[in-house]
Amino acid sequence: MATTENLPSATTERPIGFGRLKRKEDARFIRGQGTYLDDIRLPGMVYGAVLRSPYAHAKILSIDTSRALAHPKVAAVVTAKDLETLGLAWMPTISYDTQAVLAGDKVRFQGQEVAFVVATDEYSANDALQLIDVDYEPLPAVVNARKALDPDAPLIRDDKIGQIDNVASPTWEAGDEEATNRVFAEADTIVKRDIIYPRCHPAPLETCGMIADFNPRTGQLNIYNGNQAPHVHRTVYAHVAGLAEHMIRIRCQDIGGGFGNKVPVYPGYVCAIAASIVAGVPVKWIENRSENLMSTGFARDYIMKAEMCAKDGKITGLRVDTLADHGAFDSTAQPTKFPAGFFHIVCGSYDLQASHVKVKAVYTNKAPGGVAYRCSFRITEAVYLVERMTEALAMEMKVDPIDLRMRSFIAPEQFPYETTTGWTYDSGNYAKTMRVAMDIAGYEDLRREQLQKRARGELMGIGISFFTEGVGAGPRKHMDILGMSMNDGADLRVHPSGKAVVSISAQTQGQGHETTFAQIVAEELGIPPEDVQVRHGDTDKSPYGLGTYGSRSTPVSGAAVAVVSRKVRDKARLIAAQMLETRPEDLAWEKGRWYVKGDPEKGAMIEDIATRAYSGEEMPPGLEGGLDAQVIYDPPNLTYPYGAYIAVVDIDPDTAQVTVRRFIAVDDCGVRINPMIVDGQIHGGLAEGVGIALMELISFDEEGNCLNSSFMDYLIPTALECPEFELGETVTPCPHHPLGAKGVGESPNVGSPPAIVNAVIDALHETHGVEHLDMPCTPARVWAAMQGRPEPPQ
Amino acid sequence: MKVEININGEPVQREIEARQLLVHFIRETPGLTGTHWGCDTSNCGACVVLMDGKPIKSCTTLAAMCEGHEISTVESLEVDGQLDPVQQGFHEKHALHCGFCTPGMLMTSRALLNENPNPTDLEIRTAISGAICRCTGYQNIVSAVRWAAEHEAATQEA
Repeated sequence: MATTENLPSATTERPIGFGRLKRKEDARFIRGQGTYLDDIRLPGMVYGAVLRSPYAHAKILSIDTSRALAHPKVAAVVTAKDLETLGLAWMPTISYDTQAVLAGDKVRFQGQEVAFVVATDEYSANDALQLIDVDYEPLPAVVNARKALDPDAPLIRDDKIGQIDNVASPTWEAGDEEATNRVFAEADTIVKRDIIYPRCHPAPLETCGMIADFNPRTGQLNIYNGNQAPHVHRTVYAHVAGLAEHMIRIRCQDIGGGFGNKVPVYPGYVCAIAASIVAGVPVKWIENRSENLMSTGFARDYIMKAEMCAKDGKITGLRVDTLADHGAFDSTAQPTKFPAGFFHIVCGSYDLQASHVKVKAVYTNKAPGGVAYRCSFRITEAVYLVERMTEALAMEMKVDPIDLRMRSFIAPEQFPYETTTGWTYDSGNYAKTMRVAMDIAGYEDLRREQLQKRARGELMGIGISFFTEGVGAGPRKHMDILGMSMNDGADLRVHPSGKAVVSISAQTQGQGHETTFAQIVAEELGIPPEDVQVRHGDTDKSPYGLGTYGSRSTPVSGAAVAVVSRKVRDKARLIAAQMLETRPEDLAWEKGRWYVKGDPEKGAMIEDIATRAYSGEEMPPGLEGGLDAQVIYDPPNLTYPYGAYIAVVDIDPDTAQVTVRRFIAVDDCGVRINPMIVDGQIHGGLAEGVGIALMELISFDEEGNCLNSSFMDYLIPTALECPEFELGETVTPCPHHPLGAKGVGESPNVGSPPAIVNAVIDALHETHGVEHLDMPCTPARVWAAMQGRPEPPQ
Repeated sequence: MKVEININGEPVQREIEARQLLVHFIRETPGLTGTHWGCDTSNCGACVVLMDGKPIKSCTTLAAMCEGHEISTVESLEVDGQLDPVQQGFHEKHALHCGFCTPGMLMTSRALLNENPNPTDLEIRTAISGAICRCTGYQNIVSAVRWAAEHEAATQEA
């Protein structure tokens, strides 16, 4: 296991292994030479566009495509009827539900795919959409999840045999209800809150799209598509389209952000593939921004009722009853056995006596999704809930929210710690991390400043959040997606000159894998990172694995690269022993070199060992030539990064505008491979957290019209809304990860919204009696709360 | 209609539909796919290029409006193998992750430094507030622009 002592100092500019190495991938991006999907043009390529439903719920009486087909530049118009003949009208979702590729019987959300036009250029394809005549009979829409189970609610999924109501998945439970009842009966303080984590959207800057290129002569299907899990997508296409998996090649070149939005298979992809199979030419389809916001994977939309209790000054129990709004099709991204993802990690960082969690899901006439917007399978919702409840409990007990957390934390000596909902946390020293955050913030001074400002009529709030995440899914004994184990492969080839290529199944969308994974090989083998090429994003050239989401790249794929490097190192030892005419057990390793114990001058460099491995020299008995290896890594457990966040907000008493003045983030993600990239990930996630807490919302009117379908209405923070983030760190290595790393990408998005909302409520509780306010904390919504009329988001 | 636009010092002449957007005109020019499209509504700034030295959003500018004007894209920043200081600064300060917003951010930053060689952090934040980055949280972009400003000042003194 790696220890912190092994690490180079944070200021090392070009270390051989871990450290602040500047990124290899920057060279093309700063020159505008990245290859994103829309940059790819294939000979003979045609362009697709999707006709979408203007209604949230309506019967389709007829579709007339004749005027569109008469357009001189239109090659084809595909509808559900055409797809039915190919068996592609419906597709499976990640959650074993079905989703219409193109609507045939009726439309179930505004923006649903109705027809796919193929034309010789993009402008004409979009023109032709106006020429398709669809006759709709509008139906009443179910927009509010709380009304989806009313007896008079219209049935949304009448396509499903046996479906008599809008239940998407029956109640799922974790924890111990009776034990929780007992703990609540013995408590001194109980707080209750209704808390909504509203619907928001990952909105990567590059929207989703695909180029499908089917060759009718060879049967080869080449796909260009920015997605976060290319190998799984290939398997899905093999099943859906009935094509042989080995004849499908998916290439994800540069991807302009994903954040969970590029995990699912979308109807537009299936349409592009079907159109290419039928037309025999490459078909490019790229959605516009409104299509991205209205139809592709949304996040959150959890409606939670919670109770938390305390006894003798400590948090002792938690009870949660959640209604999940899945939209019209359940395409929630989560491992098969976890219909509410990892939501039951909701007991957080506290040593509870008991907890009980219930989650039920309903269908509504809204877009499907339920993807993790920079979050590991509903952990964001869980952390938001437990950290809001902890704050509410501290308010009720009239104690400092940090004191309550400090008294309730799982203690360092309790790890590995089994939570009351069945998670086994790996390692942690929560109080230490909390204290680092308090020191950076100057917590006592901030509280004094707040009192002084309050006396002057100024509104200042201090909000705390302490999160524990479970990332790096996951052990094959516990979890899978669509029947596929959540493991990742790595393949390392050291060439005769000592330069290396490592192929991985993780899929970067900007996380810097080409640098970080080269550093892992460098750390383990002593080959400089610039001599290690990281190959990814091509299913023909990388080993099978489940891709990048749920902060799983470093915990799973990173571990695979460490293990495969050690396998190569072990082989190098046998070859070195022969070169040095000694026994392998008499050799010791230092970075880049095996040497004879007791005679350190006598050794063999890794590049010389590589040369030998491919040379005409004899190999050790039983050993094949070459210096390479491959592994599939099955993580023994999730990793559990954590952190202490403190937000300081100012609220304008006249306009209710919230400004995040300071944000302190102390993350413990175990060992940091490239601290520069880790800090960058934290900055980015914090900015998203500022957006979610203050601005980002996908909402609907009563008829199911989406009210936030462009960046004019779906507000994303700019440089002016984001403060200068103040970062700190503690390092508690993961005991089971070969490098001691835990993963970090999502922590800041998970941890920051509760800190900001807690700060807003902290600013308003004393003066305005505000006890709760749902996100986003826009001026209008904060103003309503200040007037005593807080409203849930629509 | 026929349009001639000077892009990065080269005249580019093409027969286009009157409705063609500048971003598409640029991207259809061989080798110039660095200018990206991200939102349709002038909010995200991935498409920012300079028109006669001023930053504009090429997704909401018609190509036909640019007849006779000089357009500079991200591809113009590197000259004879020498990176522009803003490009260097973005690399030095880890001011990009996925790289999709980077060309627009670079051109916006270049225009800022041309006007104001020594901007404050607030001036940098204000200048780039017409552009969205989903990855970096902006902090390192601000550092990168500051790095470029300092680097340019040092070069001029030397």
